[in-house]
Amino acid sequence: MGYTLNFAAVWRDIDLLFMGLGLSLVLAAASIAIGCLIGLATAFVLISKQRAGRSLAAGYVTAIRNTPILVLILFTYFALPQLGLRLGKIESFVFTLSIYAGAYLAEVFRGALLSVPKGLREAGLAIGLSEWQIKSSIIIPVMLRNVLPSLSSTFISLFKDTSLAAAIAVPELTFYARKINNESFRVIETWLIASLFYVVTCTILAMLLRVVEKRMAIPR
Amino acid sequence: MPHLLEIRDLHKSFGQTEVLKGVDCAMEQGDVVCVIGSSGSGKTTMLRCINMLEDFEGGTIAIDGQQIGYETQRSQRKRRREREIARQRALTGMVFQQFNLFPHMTALANITLGLIKVKKMRREEANATAERWLDRVGLLERKGRFPGQLSGGQQQRVAIARAIAMNPKLMLFDEVTSALDPELVNEVLQVIKDLARDGMTMLLVTHEMRFAYEVSKRVIFMNEGRIGEEGDPKQMFLKPKTERLAEFLKSSSFH
Ligand SMILES: Nc1ncnc2c1ncn2[C@@H]1O[C@H](COP(=O)(O)OP(=O)(O)OP(=O)(O)O)[C@@H](O)[C@H]1O
Ligand SMILES: [Mg+2]
Repeated sequence: MGYTLNFAAVWRDIDLLFMGLGLSLVLAAASIAIGCLIGLATAFVLISKQRAGRSLAAGYVTAIRNTPILVLILFTYFALPQLGLRLGKIESFVFTLSIYAGAYLAEVFRGALLSVPKGLREAGLAIGLSEWQIKSSIIIPVMLRNVLPSLSSTFISLFKDTSLAAAIAVPELTFYARKINNESFRVIETWLIASLFYVVTCTILAMLLRVVEKRMAIPR
Repeated sequence: MPHLLEIRDLHKSFGQTEVLKGVDCAMEQGDVVCVIGSSGSGKTTMLRCINMLEDFEGGTIAIDGQQIGYETQRSQRKRRREREIARQRALTGMVFQQFNLFPHMTALANITLGLIKVKKMRREEANATAERWLDRVGLLERKGRFPGQLSGGQQQRVAIARAIAMNPKLMLFDEVTSALDPELVNEVLQVIKDLARDGMTMLLVTHEMRFAYEVSKRVIFMNEGRIGEEGDPKQMFLKPKTERLAEFLKSSSFH
């Protein structure tokens, strides 16, 4: 009756898992970078005085936040080509994850922008800076430093969400785990190791990001 | 020769409430003028109009003959373009009650930001200028500190250096010691006195009556959006002409 664990098959293909892990990290990194830009732009629209823009931005955030991410991934990959927008698997996934991250970060940034003291803007104006210079040199840097902990946890979430890319056969960590599983039939071993990859990576990421947070935090 | 600062019939409302009801005021180069008056009388608002942190609906403000914030075209009053206003704001330096230092930048970087972005100085030149002013306010050895690592008094001295390093024609101070613990007030007032002695033109809103008495060449008493009384400090504090000023002085800490 006993199931004897045998990791030999997984060991043999461990390099595939590392390759997959590499791609997962790249996907997450690209998505948080693009997502930050989308989120920032959306947040500025959300706090702007333009009604139409505000409704549009709010609509985007609501739509994305209320759609399961897997549906978004499948929609982008399968439905957009029908509408004439043809993207590769990886591009398609990064596109989706960025849009997804952008919607979440827009909310985070909106709140954080509102909590930057308005005296900083006035001090910038008083020395003759333009609105744009004030945003780029003062408001955004201060705001980003204040939301670093949220950014870290968003990044880790996105890294875990990259496993959903397996659904459209992007060769990331989960994709390779499933491949190894299918070829070796070592079900328990494969998924145990795959989980371990995620757990260890997330733990290391969290530690690294905490160091970055400390470094970048506004000194007091 | 135009006045260094000339305010004529300045009117400003917030919504339905008229806060400035026709203020006239002139200053010459090297003047040190203190503005006193009870809370809500419009002192801050007047200062903020001078560097266009507030728009205003009526009257004119000119610095060195240059009309601030608005221009008159075919007898139409028009707000100037943002770029032009930004350039005009650099004619004045402003120091705020709450310091408003950029918290993510060192004391030095707080000062060099404007020098580099607005004055287009090269970094070395900006650093040298900033260090000279930090030295003047006694904080050169703290140049690498962040605002959160400085005391209130030190922060305010950095803020003064930040404003004055831009080489403005006129310095505006809005109750710059009000947010400070009492034991930190003097170090800031001392810096301002030194600037006054060096001939800096300054317009200061203050609740420090003793300081106003000692430092200013002229005192303006604001009362309900108008200048209630104005004159040299000795006459103002010792022989107020108006009932309102006498009352105000009685209720304030001047003895
Ligand atoms: N942004 C604003 N919106 C609406 N009303 C304002 C605004 N700023 C100031 N006021 C009002 O304008 C009046 C003058 O305010 P101001 O701040 O100029 O007074 P002040 O003389 O500086 O008073 P204080 O000594 O308390 O600083 C007050 O009645 C105030 O409530
Ligand atoms: Mg005030």
